Amino acid sequence: MSDTRIIDARDTFCPGPLMELISYMKRASVGDKFELLSTDKGSINDIPEWVKKVGHEMLGSEQVGDVWHIKVRKAK
Amino acid sequence: MLRQYRGPDGDDDTMSRKIFVLCVSGTRERLQMAAMVASVAAASGDEVTVFFSMNAMLYFVKGRTEAAPAEGEFGRLMDEDKGVPPFKQLFKYAAELGDAKLLPCSMAVDLLKATEADLDPELGPPTGLTRFLSDAENAQLFTF
Repeated sequence: MSDTRIIDARDTFCPGPLMELISYMKRASVGDKFELLSTDKGSINDIPEWVKKVGHEMLGSEQVGDVWHIKVRKAK
Repeated sequence: MLRQYRGPDGDDDTMSRKIFVLCVSGTRERLQMAAMVASVAAASGDEVTVFFSMNAMLYFVKGRTEAAPAEGEFGRLMDEDKGVPPFKQLFKYAAELGDAKLLPCSMAVDLLKATEADLDPELGPPTGLTRFLSDAENAQLFTF
């Protein structure tokens, strides 16, 4: 898959956004990219922490208005 | 000591943590926090076992639909905000995404005059306290 898949987890609280991301990544192939949309402020720290811990790759993150866009690549 | 085990992505990871969660209370806040710990730990590759007993058991019996009562303000806030993931969903995530074991206390199952078939399918077999404590020896234990 070359396109980035959007996961809309806006308006859910911790650990909802992380669980949404993991649900998608578990079914994905190595190399697949995801952009998680979250309004939960904790996500900006928690998601990179999880990504690092389990060995995936952070592609970046940015805040647009009240929404965090967190980009991740499945690395294994 | 480091050991190999199957991580949340189905790959081998090198991790060391075993986490045991003892759920006793039937209040919303405690069940929510227990489910948050279990789901995040399991999804992060920790080996998680949750043991349900006492009032915490009631929400995992098929056909029982009552809401967990709030202890205080946070329980009420969580009830009002639809964006808070329900604790049962988080326990389900723990089992499905992180292979957490969700074990009902055999004594509690007996008191409820229930069988394994009467319990939610995510739950494992009724388990005795002796077995739970034996498995949890020298591991990290969280009690709610």
